[in-house]
Amino acid sequence: MNATRVSYTLESTLASVNKAEQAATEAAAKSGFDEDECGRIAMAVREAAVNAVLHGNRYDPNKRVTVCFQTTPDALTVAVRDEGQGLDPATVPDPLAPENLLKQSGRGIFLIRAFMDEISFRSLSPGTEITMIKFVRGPGRDGNKEANQ
Amino acid sequence: MTMKASSRQVDGVMIVDLSGRITLGEGSVVLRDTVKDLSTQGHKKILLNLGNVTYIDSSGIGELVSAYTSVRNAGGELKLLNLTKKVHDLLQITKLYTVFDIQDDEASAISAFNR
Repeated sequence: MNATRVSYTLESTLASVNKAEQAATEAAAKSGFDEDECGRIAMAVREAAVNAVLHGNRYDPNKRVTVCFQTTPDALTVAVRDEGQGLDPATVPDPLAPENLLKQSGRGIFLIRAFMDEISFRSLSPGTEITMIKFVRGPGRDGNKEANQ
Repeated sequence: MTMKASSRQVDGVMIVDLSGRITLGEGSVVLRDTVKDLSTQGHKKILLNLGNVTYIDSSGIGELVSAYTSVRNAGGELKLLNLTKKVHDLLQITKLYTVFDIQDDEASAISAFNR
């Protein structure tokens, strides 16, 4: 199976967040996703990059964020890695809960889950890696996704 | 693209025309400062026109929520006008569509403030 892999090592800055978003848009377009899907994928990657820069590395100039895109005919896989204190996704509050609805923050991971087909977290030492997968649409997968909604 | 905000008053309602991206960093700060300034000046009826907002991330959504709660806590009202499909979808996914009073045209929005 043909796979293309592109990796970026970025500083812990807002400019890197924009760079990651732009690279995601390009990778998604190359994978054949339509404009709306490209936008959703780019937003998911942007949110992951924001988490890495802001909550993971806390803008530390000595820490880097790595964004890796792997493209296959079946899927686009994006991994975003930071060098921060680590994140337990189970502790992230549900932003749809009534008591959280009017909170200013806490929607990033929720949006990533909404826009990507699969996500997983891996603890590093130090840091966290989030891996996000978006499958290229096929008849079987469309059916599965609808069944899960 | 940077975000721009300009304000005008119509029938006692301050309309803020926003354009560009409301994202972490500059865009969110522009929105925050604009709403804060209007509240400080005593304006209680604020309508955010999002018709030319091309993109909002979770920080931008948070800023909209913060603007809504700060205006409401000061005894005022904040409504949204002219959502693009992308912004509409985001507010629906995050269940904020039911929190905000969302209007589709300016005249109706102004009437809604003055009911």
